[in-house]
Amino acid sequence: MYSDMPDEKSKASIREQINENLKRVYEEALQEEVPDRFKDLLAQLKAKEGGK
Amino acid sequence: MTTSSRATPATEARDPRDELPEHLGALRAFALSLTRNSAAADDLVQDTIVKAWSNIEKFERGTNLRAWLFTILRNTFYSDRRKRKREVADPEGIHAATLYEKPAHDGRLAMNDFVQAFDQLSPEHREVLTLVGASGFSYEEAAGMMGVAVGTVKSRANRARARLAEMLGLEEGEDILAGADRNSLAVMGKSGVAAA
Repeated sequence: MYSDMPDEKSKASIREQINENLKRVYEEALQEEVPDRFKDLLAQLKAKEGGK
Repeated sequence: MTTSSRATPATEARDPRDELPEHLGALRAFALSLTRNSAAADDLVQDTIVKAWSNIEKFERGTNLRAWLFTILRNTFYSDRRKRKREVADPEGIHAATLYEKPAHDGRLAMNDFVQAFDQLSPEHREVLTLVGASGFSYEEAAGMMGVAVGTVKSRANRARARLAEMLGLEEGEDILAGADRNSLAVMGKSGVAAA
């Protein structure tokens, strides 16, 4: 089926492999715990807003 | 605090600032992809939160909040970088690539090799691949965030993929998927030593 366009096929394969790895790197970063400093910061911003 | 008995749809009534906590993880992952350094990434996320909070009236309700936050983050990153001016201007990662030694893998691509190659890309290349390759934004959305034309996003993404493939020894024109075990992320290298 695809044998008449091998270049396109392998190009798509490489692209797919790269995307899979990219997703894995990104997922790993996503799974890291969000530092408390950000929640604290949001709480501070919110408190400041309310105090106006 | 809002009470639970509200007639208006939550999405319309909700202050976008209350949604910020839901995006912290993604912001941090995006910041990491740009900085490749967790301390720098955290500082970048912190600056992004403060800017988003104080400019929230500029956010158009009903549009994609995550895309808006990502835009602030990447603009902050590039403007900080311009201010520092410490790095050599190398948007295409040419300099970095020449210093990089291809992994001596025996036909299998290890995650470490991928991460090392990814680190060698320019931030612009890491950015475009993270947006369209990893976090699932469309080319159009990425173009909006990056402030460039859709065609530029596409060609930049192609160049970034080509550079990665080059660094990893995955050359186009060979069937790298043949016999690869997708679960272990095995990728056949150009040497093709399948039965090594």
